[in-house]
Amino acid sequence: MTADIVIIGGGPAGLAAAVSAKEAGVDHILILERDKELGGILNQCIHNGFGLHTFHEELTGPEYAARFISKVKELQIPYMLETIVISIGNDKTVTAMNKEKGLFTIKAKAVILAMGCRERARGALNIPGYRPAGIYSAGTAQRYVNMEGRMPGKEVVILGSGDIGLIMARRMTLEGAKVKLVAEIMPYSGGLKRNIVQCLEDYDIPLKLNHTVTGIKGKERVESVTVAKVDENRKPIPGTEEEITCDTLLLSCGLIPENELSKEAGVLLNPVTSGPFVNESLETSEAGIFACGNVLHVHDLVDYVSGEAQTAGEKAAAYVKGLLPASKEETTAVSAESGVRYTVPSKLDITRMDEEQMIRFRVDNIYRNAYIAVYLNEKCIKKIKRPMLAPGEMEQVKLRKADMEQCDGLVKITIKIEQEV
Amino acid sequence: MYDVIIIGAGVTGSAIARELSKWQLRIAVLEKASDVCEGTSKANSGIVHGGFDAKPGSLKAKFNVLGNKMMEKLSQDLEFPFKRNGSLVLTFDEEGKDRLEELKKQGEENGVEGLCILNREQLKQLEPHISDEAKAALCAPTGGIVCPFHLTMALAENAAENGVEFFLNTKVENLVKTENGYKIETDKGSYETKTVVNAAGVYADVIHNMVSGKKMKIVARKGEYCLMDKEAGNYVSHTIFQLPGVYGKGVLVTPTVHGNLLAGPTAEDIEDKEGIDTTAQGMETLLAKGGKSVENLPTRQIITSFAGLRAHMADFGGEEDDDFVIGEAEDAPGFFDAAGIESPGLSSAPAIGEYVAEWIAARLSAKEKPDFKEKRKGMPNMAEADEEERKRLIAEDPAFANVICRCELVTEGEILAAIRRTLGATTLDGIKRRTRAGMGRCQAGFCSPKTVEILAEELGKDIGEITKTGGESRLLTGMNKA
Repeated sequence: MTADIVIIGGGPAGLAAAVSAKEAGVDHILILERDKELGGILNQCIHNGFGLHTFHEELTGPEYAARFISKVKELQIPYMLETIVISIGNDKTVTAMNKEKGLFTIKAKAVILAMGCRERARGALNIPGYRPAGIYSAGTAQRYVNMEGRMPGKEVVILGSGDIGLIMARRMTLEGAKVKLVAEIMPYSGGLKRNIVQCLEDYDIPLKLNHTVTGIKGKERVESVTVAKVDENRKPIPGTEEEITCDTLLLSCGLIPENELSKEAGVLLNPVTSGPFVNESLETSEAGIFACGNVLHVHDLVDYVSGEAQTAGEKAAAYVKGLLPASKEETTAVSAESGVRYTVPSKLDITRMDEEQMIRFRVDNIYRNAYIAVYLNEKCIKKIKRPMLAPGEMEQVKLRKADMEQCDGLVKITIKIEQEV
Repeated sequence: MYDVIIIGAGVTGSAIARELSKWQLRIAVLEKASDVCEGTSKANSGIVHGGFDAKPGSLKAKFNVLGNKMMEKLSQDLEFPFKRNGSLVLTFDEEGKDRLEELKKQGEENGVEGLCILNREQLKQLEPHISDEAKAALCAPTGGIVCPFHLTMALAENAAENGVEFFLNTKVENLVKTENGYKIETDKGSYETKTVVNAAGVYADVIHNMVSGKKMKIVARKGEYCLMDKEAGNYVSHTIFQLPGVYGKGVLVTPTVHGNLLAGPTAEDIEDKEGIDTTAQGMETLLAKGGKSVENLPTRQIITSFAGLRAHMADFGGEEDDDFVIGEAEDAPGFFDAAGIESPGLSSAPAIGEYVAEWIAARLSAKEKPDFKEKRKGMPNMAEADEEERKRLIAEDPAFANVICRCELVTEGEILAAIRRTLGATTLDGIKRRTRAGMGRCQAGFCSPKTVEILAEELGKDIGEITKTGGESRLLTGMNKA
C-alpha cells in the first residue's frame, strides 16, 4: 500500500491533522487508530469544558471528538480502526496490523505522529508496599466508570493532582464513592485551577500539597495507604505519616508521551518533554515525519491540541506537495530559560516560517505578577504581564516573522519568565 | 486413593509432578493459590546459577549443577525462554581476588565447567557499563537466565498433560497418618494418598511439622527487586553478582530473558510468610548496592518493583541448616520433603524433580508410562515472532492481529490461548505471567480493562467477578449509580 500522509492515531490530534491536510489539498491520507472508534481518550472524558477556545462553547469530550469525526467523514478521509502500528521505518514505511488485513505495510510520503501519551505508573513512582488489586491510574479508573459503568472502588485516595485525577475525584464522588484525599507531592497542583475549584473544593475533598503516599497495605485488595508530608527535597518527613483506610488508590502523577515508535524511526526526543524535538513546521529530526498533540508534549486543553495538529497537517501537506523547502542546517534555536521548562518548537527556520508562529511552553513553578519575556539574541522584543503562571497550565506566545527578519544575525530566540523588579 | 500428592504448585512441586508423570501413578497437586507459580517461584531473580557458590557436598551444590545442565534440553522440550548469558562475580578490592580464586576452586569442586578469572580490562571489554571500581571478576559461562513463570507453567502444564490432576484454590489444613499412607485435609475436602511430597515453599515447615516430630523452621527471607524498562535491557549482557556475603549472593544486576533489566534482591528475614511488600529502605539499599556494580544504573527507567520470599531453612537440627532438605522424613514414612528451597531453587528444580520422582517411583514399584508426552507446546508470542511466524499465527486466527497490550505487543490471540490452554489463566495476573500483557512500561493501564473483558467472556463470568490474583482481589467493586 501507499499513502501521501499516514497519520498514526485517531484521537483529537490525528483527526485535526487529517482535516487540515485534506483541506490543504492532499487526498491520499490514511488514519490508523488502535481503538474501536475514532476520538481517542476524549471518548472517556464525558465531563464538559472542552472546546471553549475552538468552538466558543462548552462540549463534553465525545461531543468535541464528534465535531472532528464528522468532518473526517464528510471529507471522506480513510481510516482504519483496531489497527496497531508496529514500526515506522526512517524511509516512512509504516508496518501495521489488524484483524482484517493481518500484517501489512504502507509506504508513506509523510507521517504524522499523533499517538498521544500514557499515564505514569506506580512502578515509576517507586511507591513501596504491597501490590494488591485496587491500584489504578486515574485514566484506567475513568475508563471503567465512564465506558463500562463500573466502579473500581468505594473509598478512594488519589495521589497526584493532575487533571484526570481531579476529574475522577468528582466523578467517583458523583457515583457514590468517598474520595478521602488528594495528595500532591509538589507545593502546587499539576492540574488546572478550574478543576481544583470545580472538582475538589465544590465537593469538600481535601487537597494536601507537599504530601505523598509512602505505603500501601492489603494483600488481596487495598486496605489502607500511608500518606506523609515531604520536605523541600520531596523526601517523606518521618513522624508525619497518617494511615488512611481505603480500598482504592488512584494515581494521577503525570503523563508521558508515547514515543517508542518515534524512537525506532530515528526521531530525536527532548528529554524534558519526552516528545520529539520539532522545528517551526512541527517536523521532527526526520524529514517528513511530523508530530502534534500529546505525543509531542502534554497539553492541558484539547483546543491547543487541535490548533497544533492543524499546523502539523498543513505542513505535512506542504511537504508532500513539495512546497516545504528542505530545512536549512543553521536554524535558529528557541531557548527555554529561567522559569521556562521547554518550548515547542525548539528551533525555527525563518525562511519556512508563517507570518505568525506560535511558541508553546510550560513554566517550572508558580509565578505571580511575572512577565513572559521574548528575546531576539540579547534584545527584548516582547513582555507580557501575567498575574499568575502555573506548571499545570500551558502557555503560548506568538512570534512575528517580520520581527525575526528585521533582526540582524539572529541566532537565538529566548523565552523566559521575569519577575517584577 | 492417590499414589502421590504434591503440596505446592511452585517450580519445585511442578518439577516433581512432571517427573512423576513419567510413571504409571495416580498423582495430584494441591495448591492454595488460584494459579501455579504464585509464591516464591514468581518473584525471584530468574537466574539459572552456575553452581559455584554453594558449599561442596551440599544438596544446593549438587542439584544446582545438575539442574543447570538439564535446563537447556528442558527449555527445548517444554518451550520456555532460557538463555545462557553467563554470570560474573565482581570484586571491588585487591583482597577480593583471592576470594574469587577460592570461589573458582569451589565451583570446580562442585563440577561447574568453564570458570575463569577476568582482569579489569577483560571485564570492561565484556561489559562496557561495568563499574570503574570493579577490579576483577569470576566468569561462569554456564550461568543463565530463565523466565521463572514460564519454567514453572511449562512443568505444570506438561505434568497435567501427562495425567497429573491439579487442584487450585485448595489449602492444606492438616495431615493425618493412615494405615496405607496419609489423609490430607483441605478447605475443599480430604484426599487419601499413599505418599506425600512437601513442596510448600515458605510453608514447608508448617506442613512438615504436621507429621514429623523432628521439627523444622523455615524463615521467610524477603528479597526486593526493581525492574527496568526494556530500553535499559542491554545495559549489561551478563548477570552481574558481587562477592557473596552472609545473606546469600547479594544484589545482582541482570538482563532478564525477556529483555528488561533487573536489580535485586535485598535479604531480610521476616516473620510474615506473606510479607511481600516492598519498602523504601529496601529499594534504596538495592539500588545503592546494584549501583556499585555498574556505572549509572538507569534508575529512571524503573517500571515496577516487587518482593519475593525465599524459604530459608533456619533450623532443622543443625546439619542441614542453610541447605535444601530433600528426602523422606525420618519418622514419617512416605512423606517426602522438598523443603528450604531458596536460591538456587529455580536452577535446581529439574534435578530435584528427577531425584524425588525416582525415589518415590522406586518406593511404589511404579512402572514407566509408555506414552509419556515429553514435549509441551510453548505459548504463542507475537512480540518475539519473526514476520513469517506472525503471518502464520494471524492466518490461523485473526485475533493474533488484534493488539491488546501495546507496550509488550500482546494480542487477543495470545490472551485467548493463555486462557484456553491446559491449566489456563483465570486471573489478570495469570494472563500477565503467561503473555506479558501488563508487564510493560504502562503497567496494565491501557490493557487491563480489555484483558478483564476477555477473561470474563471466556470464563462465562461478569467482569465484576474477575480478580487480580484470586481470593478477594476483585478489580471492580460494583456498578455505577443506576
